[in-house]
Amino acid sequence: MLTTHNLTRHYKTASGQELTVLDNISFDIAAGDTFAIVGPSGSGKTTLLGLCAGLDRPSSGSVTLNGVSLEQLSEDQRAAVRNQHVGFVFQNFQLIPTLTALENVMVPLELRGDSGAEKTARAWLEKVGLGHRLDHYPSQLSGGEQQRVCIARAFSNDPRILFADEPTGNLDADNAAGIVDLIFELNRSASTTLVLVTHDLELARRTQRILKLKGGKQETIINNYE
Amino acid sequence: MGFIFKMAWRDSRRNRGRLFLFISAIMVGIAALTAVRSFSINLTNDVDREAKTLLGADLLLSAQQALPDSILQRVSAQAAEQSKVVNFMSMIRFPKNGATRLTQIRAIEGNYPYYGKWKTEPEAAWRSFRNRKAALIDHTLMLQFGIQPGDSVQIGEMTFVVEGDLLSAAGRAGIASAIAPVAFIPAQWLDSTGLVQRGSRIDYQYYFQMPPQRSADELIKPLEKDLEKAAIRDDTVESRKRNVGRAFGNFGTFLNLVGFIALLLGCIGVAGAVHIYIKDKLPTVAILRCLGAKGRQAFYVYLVQVAGIGLLGAIGGAALGALIQKILPWVLRDLLPLEEVSTDFSFVAAGQGILLGLSVAVLFALLPLSGILRTSPLRTLRAAYGENENSGRGLRWAVYLLIAASVFLFTWWLIGGWLQTLYFIGGIGVAFGILFGIARLMTWGLRRFFPRRWSYTTRQGIANLFRPENQTMLLVISIGLGTMLLSTLFLIQSLLLKQLEFSGSGNQPNMVLFDIQKNDVDSVSALLKFHKMPIIQQAGVVTTRVETIDGRTKLQDEADTLKALPGWVWDREYRVTYRDTLLDTEKITQGAWSGVWTPGEPIKVSVSSDLAKAMKAEIGTKLTFNVQGTRMETEVASVREINFNRVQPAFMVLFPKGVLEQAPQFHFMVTRVESEPQSAAFQSSLVQRYPGISAIDLTQILKSVDEVLSKVSFVIRFMALFSILTGLLVLVSSIYQSKYARIRESVLLRTLGASRRQILGIYGMEYFLLGALSCLSGVGLSVFSAWALVKFVFQIPFEPQWLPLVLTFASITALTVLIGLLNTRDAVRKPPLEVLRSEV
Repeated sequence: MLTTHNLTRHYKTASGQELTVLDNISFDIAAGDTFAIVGPSGSGKTTLLGLCAGLDRPSSGSVTLNGVSLEQLSEDQRAAVRNQHVGFVFQNFQLIPTLTALENVMVPLELRGDSGAEKTARAWLEKVGLGHRLDHYPSQLSGGEQQRVCIARAFSNDPRILFADEPTGNLDADNAAGIVDLIFELNRSASTTLVLVTHDLELARRTQRILKLKGGKQETIINNYE
Repeated sequence: MGFIFKMAWRDSRRNRGRLFLFISAIMVGIAALTAVRSFSINLTNDVDREAKTLLGADLLLSAQQALPDSILQRVSAQAAEQSKVVNFMSMIRFPKNGATRLTQIRAIEGNYPYYGKWKTEPEAAWRSFRNRKAALIDHTLMLQFGIQPGDSVQIGEMTFVVEGDLLSAAGRAGIASAIAPVAFIPAQWLDSTGLVQRGSRIDYQYYFQMPPQRSADELIKPLEKDLEKAAIRDDTVESRKRNVGRAFGNFGTFLNLVGFIALLLGCIGVAGAVHIYIKDKLPTVAILRCLGAKGRQAFYVYLVQVAGIGLLGAIGGAALGALIQKILPWVLRDLLPLEEVSTDFSFVAAGQGILLGLSVAVLFALLPLSGILRTSPLRTLRAAYGENENSGRGLRWAVYLLIAASVFLFTWWLIGGWLQTLYFIGGIGVAFGILFGIARLMTWGLRRFFPRRWSYTTRQGIANLFRPENQTMLLVISIGLGTMLLSTLFLIQSLLLKQLEFSGSGNQPNMVLFDIQKNDVDSVSALLKFHKMPIIQQAGVVTTRVETIDGRTKLQDEADTLKALPGWVWDREYRVTYRDTLLDTEKITQGAWSGVWTPGEPIKVSVSSDLAKAMKAEIGTKLTFNVQGTRMETEVASVREINFNRVQPAFMVLFPKGVLEQAPQFHFMVTRVESEPQSAAFQSSLVQRYPGISAIDLTQILKSVDEVLSKVSFVIRFMALFSILTGLLVLVSSIYQSKYARIRESVLLRTLGASRRQILGIYGMEYFLLGALSCLSGVGLSVFSAWALVKFVFQIPFEPQWLPLVLTFASITALTVLIGLLNTRDAVRKPPLEVLRSEV
């Protein structure tokens, strides 16, 4: 489902020096697998997620998502891939503040021209337990509720792969547990591939494999079934 | 497409007030332009409809002498009816209170006007006075001197009954009364007034009514050459229509340009507001892109929003323009040749306004909107991943180019000439450039010389001027330009009036007496002495015409189309004087002054530099003058520069002594009165004894000029008001837009323990500095532009009045602080958490 090969990303600092944020990362994730990327702050987790999801281009190396080599595509073509095959759950929810919960969930569906967008979005919001808060704006929802809307939006377009960036990072313990359960449950029922970025090892252990990053380098890949 | 419109609509829901506020800045400009355009369309239609009333006849022939019989007979033979009006300036006196005033006397014979009627009080007076020994007096005079119908008026040696108050006459703009009020008398009494004498400056007008089916234009066509030869001007309904159209056309263009400046200011406001709006929207754009929206789709979502709100603003502006248009005839009442201009709603003007509003809203929003295309979806993961600064540079330049081309084309459409368009755009560009430079310099200076030891609130307030999302540039340009427009107008008006006052101050002459017959010179001198008034200058004036210049006649000159001189050089009546000395207002710039003629030698005359330039005359050029039938050969011996800023007659041609003493002539005297009562007493006794003598009093000129300037500047100020209003809206809008950025900061400060007073202190300091510096820039620029205008155009000394400028500065600065503080009161009053929760 997702293959990275010698993935490297440099950035230029303000002083003009080249900073290597990711260095030669290679791994494979099969369809339906769950995969965690862990590491301390600044280890390159989020950068790796961005490259895998086609939000950024690598400096060198390749990313193949669902059989499509992302580095060859333009930003608009990558956007189309994201819309068709990718779902996102963010640490800070990333809901559009001017849209209601329902409208937020409808966005990826409407972008692909789905005529049944509203019906699907309603169904997903019911599924995450927010059927009674369809018309609420993000600022009227609690953090846990906002993250549920985000999950409903992520699953609404029936993605092949779901990227979750610290999904519990902004939530209290009770809410966090609920959200994690929800993600794994929906992931199972929809047979989606899950890529989870976290520094919470407990959470990472719920996935099948864990990639450990340190200083931008791939330290190890742990197989949780071994 | 469906997604774009749906998203644009949904996303706008919680921002409509904010969006509408920024578009309101262009609403005012659109309103001004629609109003002026609509008014012009109505005026053109009215002029077309009432063209005959403007002239009052089908044909008017006018000349400085009575029409030769040959021409008069040929025209009369084909006309149905004719009237004759003899015009000249003379003093009139109201015996009721002894008041006097130099007035334009119009002696009328016949039934003119044939079309339309004059508005008089009593209503029938404009007809009835013609059969009696009665006069119609301009409303301005009636009002000024408290005259009622039935009172009497002395004109020359005759006393007339005031038959009526002349309120308005078609074709005559109200402002004309301020310049030269009129008194109509029946022509049969003209001779008895004793005012028409040889050498008097008289304008003869002949009005003709054509029989039905006969056109005046056809009638004069075969006569054109003869009319030109005899220096007779012709005016038909068609030509009058063209002239009125042209005269108002220029003024209309000016009004349009003032409106356009307001619109440009609004556009800058829109660009600034959209910039902040889009900056706030970039996280949303990143989310959309992350969810699969293409760059173009995200761009179109906000383009549709801006276009939609732009359309609404433009419709609002056009509607407001339609309302303003209703009061424009009132604003312009004194400058219009028509008594009433219709105020019909013009769909064309409204349509143009809406289209223009929509175009400028989109055009000026394109620049900030282009930022959307550069927004990376990566921003959803980390806010620090902004836009790629290097990408889109080409697009940005393309938008700049598009804006420049559109502004240029639109200005050209308004003005009509490429060169004038370039001047206008250049002028506006320089003003913008200077204000832009000032803003840049200011932010750089504040950053560079930041007062690190000052109090915390002061430092924060100052720092806000150069921090990210500051409003410095936008406000310096918008407030600066608005202030500059208003104070330049004010400065010019006050400088012109001051110069006039100055020209009569100290021991400078301030009264000129004209048309003194040779026999009366001594007794008028005695009268002046009796009133303790000095004779500063006295000389004879002879009326002449130029016949040849270096042997060439007018006809020969005209045949040479490349070198032909301006027509007025040949046609005008030259009033020349003779003396042996130069005045202190004259300076010889070429040749040598020769004050006395020696018989047997050529007559050496001195010409003014302006005339020398127009005649292309040099030292030695031979001029033949026709002095009332006698040909006189002369030679240009010197060229004089004349300082016109004095109350005394200036002569284009000066003869030496010993030539014109015996020619038919009248005299003039230049004197000085110390007070208004002295002036009134002298003029009253002068008119009583010598009704043919005219007195021009500087006080009266000042009053007239003041009145004219006030009327014109009222209109200009009315239009400048749109710029000020736009400036204020841009101010409100940009402060409102920046509120969102500032709120976060103030909430953080309050969370960290800052008191409300401290927060208010920070904002107060920021807006005070913004207002003060913007205003200072505007006032500074206005002083510079007023200086340039008075130096190069009006050529008078530059001594501005500072107090009103200080008041302008203080009031606009205070307004900025007030609006700023009102807009930020939410951030201060409400608890931090509530603000944070309702921020969106």
